[in-house]
Amino acid sequence: MKRRDFLRKTVPATVLPGLLNGYSFKAFSSSPLVQALANSVLTDHVLVLIQLNGGNDGLNTVIPLDQYSNLSAARPNLLIPDTQVLPLYGTTATGLHPSMTGMQQLFNDGKVSIIQGVGYPSPNFSHFRSTDIWLTGADTSQVLSSGWAGRYLNYEYPNFPTGYPNTAMPDPLALQIGSTVSLALQGPAASMGMAISDPTSFYNLINGIQDPAPNTPAGKELTYIRQISQQSQQYSSVILAAANNITQQSPNYPATGVNSLSDQLKIVSRLIAGGLKTRVYMVNLGGFDTHSAQVDSGSAATGDHAELLTKLSVAVKAFMDDLDFLGIEDRVVGMTFSEFGRRIKENASDGTDHGAAAPMFVFGQPVQSGLVGTNPVIPSTVAVSDNVPMQYDFRSVYASILEDWFCVPNTDLSSILLNNYQHLPLLQAGLCSTVDTHEINSGAGINLISNYPNPFSDSTYITFKTGGGHTLVQIFDSEGHLIKTPVDGEYVAGEHKIWFENENYASGLYYARFQNGTVQQVRNMMIAK
Amino acid sequence: MDRREFIIPEKPKPARQDFSRLSRTQTGLTPYTGNWTIEEVKHLLKRTMFGARRDDINYFLAQSPAASVAEILEQINHPAYVEPPMPLNNYNATVNDPNCALGQPWPGTPDSVGGISTYSSRKKSLKSWWVSQMLNQPRSIREKMLLFWSNHFVIELDSVTVSTYVYKYVALLRQHAIGNFKTLTKEVTINSAMLKYLNGELNKASAPNENYARELQELFTVGKDANGLPPYTEDDVRAAARVLTGWRNDLTGGVNSANGFNSYFDPTRHDTTDKQFSAFYSNQVITGMSGAPASGEVDLLLNMIFSKDEVSLNICRKLYNWFVYYDIDATVETDIIVPLANIFRMNNYDIVPVLSVLLNSEHFYDVLNRGCLIKSPLDFAVGMSRDFAVIFPDATNIATQYSQWDRIRSQSSLMQQDLGDPPNVAGWQAYYQTPLFHELWINSDTLPKRNIFSDRMANTGYTVSGQKIWVDVVAYTETLTNPSDPITLIEEVLALHYSVDTGVNLRNYLLSVLLSGQASNSYWTTAWDDYIGSAGNTTYYNIVKSRLQTFYKYIMDLSEYQLS
Repeated sequence: MKRRDFLRKTVPATVLPGLLNGYSFKAFSSSPLVQALANSVLTDHVLVLIQLNGGNDGLNTVIPLDQYSNLSAARPNLLIPDTQVLPLYGTTATGLHPSMTGMQQLFNDGKVSIIQGVGYPSPNFSHFRSTDIWLTGADTSQVLSSGWAGRYLNYEYPNFPTGYPNTAMPDPLALQIGSTVSLALQGPAASMGMAISDPTSFYNLINGIQDPAPNTPAGKELTYIRQISQQSQQYSSVILAAANNITQQSPNYPATGVNSLSDQLKIVSRLIAGGLKTRVYMVNLGGFDTHSAQVDSGSAATGDHAELLTKLSVAVKAFMDDLDFLGIEDRVVGMTFSEFGRRIKENASDGTDHGAAAPMFVFGQPVQSGLVGTNPVIPSTVAVSDNVPMQYDFRSVYASILEDWFCVPNTDLSSILLNNYQHLPLLQAGLCSTVDTHEINSGAGINLISNYPNPFSDSTYITFKTGGGHTLVQIFDSEGHLIKTPVDGEYVAGEHKIWFENENYASGLYYARFQNGTVQQVRNMMIAK
Repeated sequence: MDRREFIIPEKPKPARQDFSRLSRTQTGLTPYTGNWTIEEVKHLLKRTMFGARRDDINYFLAQSPAASVAEILEQINHPAYVEPPMPLNNYNATVNDPNCALGQPWPGTPDSVGGISTYSSRKKSLKSWWVSQMLNQPRSIREKMLLFWSNHFVIELDSVTVSTYVYKYVALLRQHAIGNFKTLTKEVTINSAMLKYLNGELNKASAPNENYARELQELFTVGKDANGLPPYTEDDVRAAARVLTGWRNDLTGGVNSANGFNSYFDPTRHDTTDKQFSAFYSNQVITGMSGAPASGEVDLLLNMIFSKDEVSLNICRKLYNWFVYYDIDATVETDIIVPLANIFRMNNYDIVPVLSVLLNSEHFYDVLNRGCLIKSPLDFAVGMSRDFAVIFPDATNIATQYSQWDRIRSQSSLMQQDLGDPPNVAGWQAYYQTPLFHELWINSDTLPKRNIFSDRMANTGYTVSGQKIWVDVVAYTETLTNPSDPITLIEEVLALHYSVDTGVNLRNYLLSVLLSGQASNSYWTTAWDDYIGSAGNTTYYNIVKSRLQTFYKYIMDLSEYQLS
């Protein structure tokens, strides 16, 4: 079914899945209409990005057991004894680092997809450049200043931040747990993300006097700071409310302060379950730049890397347990990534230098579990500069998630990722067949219908912006009864204004619904006598 | 449902402004000859020091622009550079240090690793002490340049874990902060803290470690081209790593040093073969040397690297970003960066000639370049403390004194600038991450933290062992020209603390704060004169204090206050 057909066929005239601009959800919490809207929220899909900063050593994470003789020559100090490697269901050739028991269990439960050898052509060995490539989705010789997730969010919500928050999207589009917003969330013009470190504590920013900002560099910066100030105020209450909705979480998380990643993920699950419609969350774990002391001398299964993988595995397992506990397992997919893997050959400091391709984990109940790709082939003689070759482009992973999880039509993917990439079977089929909110999201923030004055007692002007052709404006009372149809006819494209008179209606809330083709919008009106 | 909640009208949404065709300046490096008022002096001081104190503004108003810059660059009216007294053991009450007594300088003594390690206490001592150097800076650019270099030749104190190494690193950067860049690069290359941080101490012929060799070129000298790509090759990284083999640190048992915590060159670990560089370096070969003279290979490497114009261009862009603005368009590149880089090379990489031309230029003082720098957290927190002449505890109680200095560091750290610990070797993102650059300092997490800090400082402040640091709004106001007249007071405070113009609405609001909503200015005048005329009267004191607290809090909470 085409998206437009779908919308037309499934929206009865008396249900108003539109925009209720200007009034907070809280004010409407008793309205059955809003309850109906709120229910649709629960079907929205969320993506959690876990960045492993520093370059994770893929060969000691997802271990190619069938390459052991050559690998032991290249990594005499780093090689983990095969008896300690954690086996994975359905394969004897590939196993996990002994620290990753949680991840092993998730895999064996069918909730993890491991994609082997993910990278990009002509890899760059600089942390900064390669991080930027992963965050922006750029080619190795291409510099992009927007992030891949930011471009997706800009595609989905093209009007942001003008007119936001609104009822279609009352919440931040993306949240970074921490104090800096990642480049991945940078849109073409504005940052699509917001940083929070504590969802239960917000400071009241003042709503200060704003002199007009001049068209100078100082004016540009002033406007930026004011915008952040305004967004912080607008979103702090919804985040706080979401956090306060959840009073109990899974007991399986480590104690606070022990594992920074699990602390971050605990906030994420709380906010998702608490009702935020936020689409993308970003968290990170640093320390993967293991040039030295990656393993303890004489004990390859312990050391810095083992501790990091323990944190990763424990955190992801606790998070998945919590999603189950909170009943939102079907709404969340997570993904790990790192700027590069590490060199095949170990260095002389019990560590590894910057490398190229490495495995990625995609996890969640909706995931199509299993191994994608094959073990890297380790040559019998490995030179210092030899690297794990790329099997899959990282942007194929992004593309597959965008298409199968965020339901972006295949034909639109290239406008976000700037190229066409191979589709990988990472998610179960059919996840996009029931929900289609793109039309609503892409119109969010635009005022198609408004009235002034509002509230009004005797009469008000209703202004509407039509794309031309048949245009309809209906007035409903707060229970959804149609009480008047002031506009129903052919109009030329543009803005029109009509006079609307109070024909002895009771005081209270009314909705003005605008419809033009497949586009519709609902706007509240208030009669106060 | 609460009816009031029901009828709150929709908030007007500000129109989105289009800054895509932003006015940028055409002015160049011609010496500035225009007005020399509080506006220009404040601009110079805010950019080159932390904040702009009233007494410093008055001092430089009486000098010429050129003399002011010369003094700030320590060309005149400064004694020869002397290292400040070293950081002290302020931590013995909680962590016993067997190698250094309370109140004694710890640099040069070994860290204790038995029992509770002293490293984290010493690191904190160093950072607190470093903040105190900023708070008490003379009329000099040195501390701002030291911060610049610590963001350029980055190490992370958290990961070096040898206290004397990190002290010597800070001392090295401070000593050379306005010296010679090439000399500093050499010193940093063989500095113990850097050798440890970027694994140079592990770099040997049998197992080269490329970490430092890469960052030396990618970040410290050559940089990347306009497309973000390195002009040198991966082979150049490997060859440079081999040149640098053999430099070591000498800790016995991980704590003590036989030669004063200095690095040394170990010829037995040096790669004695020839090192071939790429076409970028004109296919130069650094001939392999052996024995002690091989320590000179590093000089040949730096000579080769510094023969490339990219080095001076890279540094001049970073200086421009630091002191002027982050937007380097084609005009700025041609008219400012390229000529500055020429000056840099002509002066054999001496830093002062470059800064002198930049800070004396029409371009620097151009109104379009004022007020457009978003204060870094340290600029915000240290600058506020200096601007309001916040009094810090004296040395009577070392622990208390350091603890209050550390308050400024920890607050800046919460706002994402932890002195001595940038997030990674590239430094703070605000100085390199396109397209937001300095805007990255401000987000929905850090902006409230700035307001929390300034509100608290203007309100109760922070008390440790009975010693309070705070913005004493009444004492500060007493230092102003004519605080009894609310109009003069408002104008003077806005002129001293804001770098951007503000309009009549703000003035009216601030006036209403001082007048508590009354119509006549005389209400404030009477309140102030009553306070001045009756020393010790707490009623009169509290009347002016509460109004001034609201007044200054409001000024520091507005977005304008974040700009420098």
